[in-house]
Amino acid sequence: MEQPIYLDNAATTKTAPEVVEAMLPYFTEHYGNPSSIYSIGSAAKEAVTQAREKIAATLGARTNEIYFTGGGSEADNWALVATAEAYAAKGKHIITSKIEHHAVLHTCKYLEKRGYEVTYVDVDENGILKLEDLKRAIRPDTILISVMFANNEIGTVQPVREIGVIAREHGILFHTDAVQAYAHLPIDVEDMKIDMLSASGHKFNGPKGIGFLYIRTGIKIRSFLHGGQQERGRRAGTENVPGIVGIGRAAELAFSKLQENGAKEKMLRDHLIKRIGEEVPYCRLNGDAKRRLANNVNYSFRFIEGESLLIMLDMKGICASSGSACTSGSLDPSHVLLAIGLPHETAHGSLRLTVSAANTMEEMDRVVDAVKEIVGRLREMSPLYEDFIKKQK
Amino acid sequence: MYSEKVMDHFQNPRNVGEIENASGIGTVGNAKCGDIMRIYLDIDDDGIIRDCKFKTFGCGAAVATSSMATELVKGKSIEEAMKVTNKAVMEALDGLPPVKVHCSLLAEEAIHAALWDYAKKHGIEIEGLEEPKADIHEGEEDEEEY
Repeated sequence: MEQPIYLDNAATTKTAPEVVEAMLPYFTEHYGNPSSIYSIGSAAKEAVTQAREKIAATLGARTNEIYFTGGGSEADNWALVATAEAYAAKGKHIITSKIEHHAVLHTCKYLEKRGYEVTYVDVDENGILKLEDLKRAIRPDTILISVMFANNEIGTVQPVREIGVIAREHGILFHTDAVQAYAHLPIDVEDMKIDMLSASGHKFNGPKGIGFLYIRTGIKIRSFLHGGQQERGRRAGTENVPGIVGIGRAAELAFSKLQENGAKEKMLRDHLIKRIGEEVPYCRLNGDAKRRLANNVNYSFRFIEGESLLIMLDMKGICASSGSACTSGSLDPSHVLLAIGLPHETAHGSLRLTVSAANTMEEMDRVVDAVKEIVGRLREMSPLYEDFIKKQK
Repeated sequence: MYSEKVMDHFQNPRNVGEIENASGIGTVGNAKCGDIMRIYLDIDDDGIIRDCKFKTFGCGAAVATSSMATELVKGKSIEEAMKVTNKAVMEALDGLPPVKVHCSLLAEEAIHAALWDYAKKHGIEIEGLEEPKADIHEGEEDEEEY
């Protein structure tokens, strides 16, 4: 069989060899605890500081505003729960969007069960937050607005700066889940008026199990993990030194090639979008055509179901993802696809392809050919397609 | 996640298609949940299922259970076809993941729906056959914990 084609970079990315290389000495040589006094400990401590400096520089933040976490979900949980607790005296109302990652949505549900109120603002048919609805949702007791930077399923990039300005004008904190956007798009926390930002290492060729939360100086936020004085007493636990070194190196690499990689991904993405749109009938591009992550393609194909499509693609060595219920472990298809107004059956037939700069145009052509063939085959098997064709006659 | 047999029936589904002037047609499931099965039966004067075809919109397990169900009823009498339960379909496929058990229920229901259609057209009653539900739902959904 030919080499597999990996088109699921929104799920995770390949750890860059340079990242692995940078991490290894922190398992073997510099294994000391950063809190220790002797030299192998201080070498680890120095590496953690350097990684923190590198990341802070990519966001226009200060070094002491970056807090390492066990990943993006932890950062989201921390930002929401700890802010909710710290600002409860001011109010118990939070605003978010209907298309957030479950790390945010399920944390909101958790807070609702504990006496907080959450408004889930609508998005338009392309997944862009309705700013007028956001403004209308603001109340005197609103303490936090949390809106993702870019959506993990449909790739829509939100008007983050506009949201930041609205939040700042009303004296409300603004958190953004930037797991899909960080190290893919330029982000400036000052310019965009971001108060908190979550990111995850393995979405940009870094290691898994490491992420960070940016917290603007002056924000009251409670400690999430209690124990030692690590992360300025706000996140206890011995630092994941190799992971921190890895995420720092990955950020450095990603930002040194931000434009170059983005341009390459965009070319691959646009080729997929164009060919699928032209060659596969009864399909719909989900997400905004312009305000879109450079690596994201998301199509719905009518009359077919996504899991079947994924298994058949896998048999051809193509790794992709879907918003169908069968891939989510529940009976409901993706909340994101429903929020942008897709009927259930169309949402079940969605396909997400997320490219990386390491992919090639030849691979894109192979993928389109495979998608065309498989969608055709599944439609031949579909009673919905049969009914549709009979109605056409 | 799937057994080899499920993968085989998904990759090479048996009896896909339609039967013109079928003796009975049954469609069950709904698009909202992501599964629809349609079964066509060709039943001769002796009550033997001469041919059986299906069309399915759904996941790998839905396609595989439809395919296996058609195999299990083909050549059988109506009485024997009534004994093809979801368990029989599952066993024949060497099992299904727990979240996919509803697919096998759907397959059983699709056969029953096609038999019901046949019985109605011919003004007969089939022992043990009840009017099919328009919709199949798998038990209670688990309450999510937060």
